Amino acid sequence: MSAIHCHQLCKTFRQGDEVITGLDQVDIDIDAGEFVCLSGPSGSGKTTLLNAIGGLDTPDSGEIRMGDMRIDQLDRGALADMRLRHIGFVFQAYNLIPVLSAQENVEFVMQVQGVPAVERARKARAILEEVGLDGMEDRRPAQLSGGQQQRVAVARAIVSQPDLVLADEPTANLDSVSSEHLMGLFSELNRHHRITFVIATHDKRVMSYARRLIKMRDGKIISDAPQ
Amino acid sequence: MTVFKLYFATLLTLSWRNLWRNHRRTLIMLGAISIGVWAMIFMTALMRGMVDDMLDQGIRNLPGQIQIQHPEFLDDPSVVNNIPEPQGELLAALNQPGLKRWATRIKVPAVIASERESRGVTLLGVEPDAEPDITGIPARVIEGRFLQSNQDDGIVIDAKLAERLETRLGKRVVLMSQDPENNISERGFRIVGIYRTRLPGVEQFDVYAAKDTLQELLRIEGRVSQIVLVDDDYREIENLYQRIRQAAPAGSEVKAWYEIDTYLASMINMMDGFVLVWVIIIFLALSFGLANTLVMSVFERVREIGLIQALGMRPGLIVSQILLESLLLLLIGLVIGNLLAYITVKPLESGLDISVVAEGMAMMGASSMLYPNLTLHDMVLANTVVIILGVLTSILPAWRAARLDPVRALNTI
Repeated sequence: MSAIHCHQLCKTFRQGDEVITGLDQVDIDIDAGEFVCLSGPSGSGKTTLLNAIGGLDTPDSGEIRMGDMRIDQLDRGALADMRLRHIGFVFQAYNLIPVLSAQENVEFVMQVQGVPAVERARKARAILEEVGLDGMEDRRPAQLSGGQQQRVAVARAIVSQPDLVLADEPTANLDSVSSEHLMGLFSELNRHHRITFVIATHDKRVMSYARRLIKMRDGKIISDAPQ
Repeated sequence: MTVFKLYFATLLTLSWRNLWRNHRRTLIMLGAISIGVWAMIFMTALMRGMVDDMLDQGIRNLPGQIQIQHPEFLDDPSVVNNIPEPQGELLAALNQPGLKRWATRIKVPAVIASERESRGVTLLGVEPDAEPDITGIPARVIEGRFLQSNQDDGIVIDAKLAERLETRLGKRVVLMSQDPENNISERGFRIVGIYRTRLPGVEQFDVYAAKDTLQELLRIEGRVSQIVLVDDDYREIENLYQRIRQAAPAGSEVKAWYEIDTYLASMINMMDGFVLVWVIIIFLALSFGLANTLVMSVFERVREIGLIQALGMRPGLIVSQILLESLLLLLIGLVIGNLLAYITVKPLESGLDISVVAEGMAMMGASSMLYPNLTLHDMVLANTVVIILGVLTSILPAWRAARLDPVRALNTI
């Protein structure tokens, strides 16, 4: 299910009279259990590609498949279901729900999935312990540091064991210690749980964790090689 | 069902906490909803009380909630259009437990003459002990006394009529009318009581005499003009009405108050319509604040809405979450508004003195005491209108939230 297949993806944006190319005939295949980094300068198309794979944005043309599912042809409701069941997101700016505690944020996706309360509380506490936030379950996001918030976001992304985690500059707002810790966690999850990771970054330290590095520029893939 | 409960728990948690993330705005909106609901219910209770009083007065002037009379009597209230006093099946129906009061009456046109003046009047032969429940006139006697028995020889007239006749308490006047054979029947009566009318235009020319005395004067022993019935609530007389209709003898006609005075009956419907319009007008004023609050609330958390979309919340659930937030706000406002209305109306139900505007109220057929009437029906109406229109008002901001582009929403600063 987690195998991603993108074929001839194109996406343009309008900025005033100017047309900006987000994706330009992108072809890519990602197998289940891969740990992939998308690198490139700002505006190279990394985030656009992540958004398209995650069903947050629709390409102008081309096709995206996740297993047998044509993501680019799903309606809003089906896309929401697809994200809920198969994809975990980690964003640069943490993006936690401010009115919920750390544990409630982690439980949120499971709650929407319909997981019973006892089970999701058990899973949420376990995953928070795994990301080093034991004892901070009841804190609201405003009471956590940037690194702690990002770990809550990671816990939320992986708690329901998605097939795919899409992370967009996950270490951009973290110090080097927190970044190392987070990437170590990603590697471990990838190895132990066979979760596919696709991480957009221009941080060299992050790239060093990847087993496959895809470089992009001006919406095109300029290199794609294992490392 | 379990999944629905889980969804509901998620939505409820989010809605409740979102509601209180801006305390000041929520409290201001709650204040507006509470005061609006209070105003709807309080003013409706005042209006309902005024209309009830007007209806009560109107029914007392008929008089009675149900009347039994000759079929021609309402069109031609002459002495020939009479009916026998109740007996047999009708008497049994009238004496069944549950009916508050019934009485027989004579009502004929007459002329009253004092030493100086004469006037056309309506001569009423009544059973004095029933009159407090039928018209309430005995309570309004300001000089002398009301009639004491069915054979009393005195009469009771209105103060203004006494003034016009240039007569006073204790003086003798002559009353003239016709018997069924068109012979003039006349007799001298002493004025034993003077009352003050609440409705000058209607009651001023009513002259009260004892029933037996008038039967003898008009030579209609054993016969009366009307049998009038009064129960506790004029709105709930249908069963009684049907029972009396079945028992009434041939040659008589039974009519309910709303058939006798259709204007009075239309006032109830008019009042219901007026209450609805009033409630909607107040709500329209409220709705701007409510819509603004929700729009601001959505605008403030565009990024968060983008996030929950990205995490897989379906558009329908996002709409439900915003609507639930609005519903919670409305429900809290309604509870406070209803409580406020209850605690402000209840103490006034014993009567609110509005004698400063008594003359104007009298022209409308209402008294100088206003008795606010808090009815469950009106409270339910106000609450239902606020809930339904409130949720409708919230649909647009909720729909806009659900239609946000998640990528743009997530990049909103």
